[in-house]
Amino acid sequence: MAGESPRRVLRTELVGYRNRPFSVEVEKGRLRLFAKAIGETDPVWSDDEAARAAGYPSLPVPPTFLFCLEMERPDPYDWFEELGIPLGQVLHGEQAFSYHEPCFAGDVLRFEAEIIDVFAKKGGALEFLVQHNVVSNQHGVRVAEFDRTIVVRHPA
Amino acid sequence: MTARVAPRFDEVSVGEHLPALTLPPITRATLAIYCGASGDHNPVHVDIDFARAAGLDDVITHGMLVMAYTGRVLTEWAPPAAIRRFDTRFLAVTRVGDVITASARVVEKLDGADARCVRVELAAVDQRGEFKTRGSAVLALA
Repeated sequence: MAGESPRRVLRTELVGYRNRPFSVEVEKGRLRLFAKAIGETDPVWSDDEAARAAGYPSLPVPPTFLFCLEMERPDPYDWFEELGIPLGQVLHGEQAFSYHEPCFAGDVLRFEAEIIDVFAKKGGALEFLVQHNVVSNQHGVRVAEFDRTIVVRHPA
Repeated sequence: MTARVAPRFDEVSVGEHLPALTLPPITRATLAIYCGASGDHNPVHVDIDFARAAGLDDVITHGMLVMAYTGRVLTEWAPPAAIRRFDTRFLAVTRVGDVITASARVVEKLDGADARCVRVELAAVDQRGEFKTRGSAVLALA
């Protein structure tokens, strides 16, 4: 049913679209604020001494925080605008992380994102877009990958 | 509890529950702080005017905040470096006032050639028992 719905905003030609690669340093202040935001009180996530006592070189990066770092780009939603995706109709459908190496404060992480799938369900009332991110550190080591699936809903 | 000891593969049983976590009710302040801390400034999470213009009754919680709660269940059980995979499906929106309980259960032990891993199923439910997320994670244990 590709292309059948006049409401459709995601075209299959979007597959292969890449964001400009982006690098960001993992800052301790951001990790502390993130710990507060998710209610995390274990000092290993926010206190240098506690982190070192646990055997880490610095504050560890929590498992979902890579998604947040990718949003440190000057405008994390610029590609929505560029591709005509209406932000108010977007929901997060799925999120999947694979971790290869742990990350810590002080690391400089590079994100390379590519749209790898576009499809529709319910006669086009729901459209899906899957963006694959590859994350590398300052040593060129691939540390993680994650897939973000967004849903564009078209209210009846 | 900084000196956490990782669970040992041999001592983990299929069916075992990880300690669950019940969070305080989601408030607008919760969402504002997460907005700043996460870098996700989508106004649908903090600006009621924007949310209404988009056809919603009110702002909605970042799905990634709910996923972070389930991530806390994992990292309070095992060190973060043990986590190999962590997947979540977002099933329903979380609203202001919702009380989220995050839980996890071991469903499989994988004694592989290069690593011994356990697979856990994760869920986040609200005070009415509605599932907000379901997911799974794979953790490598010694």
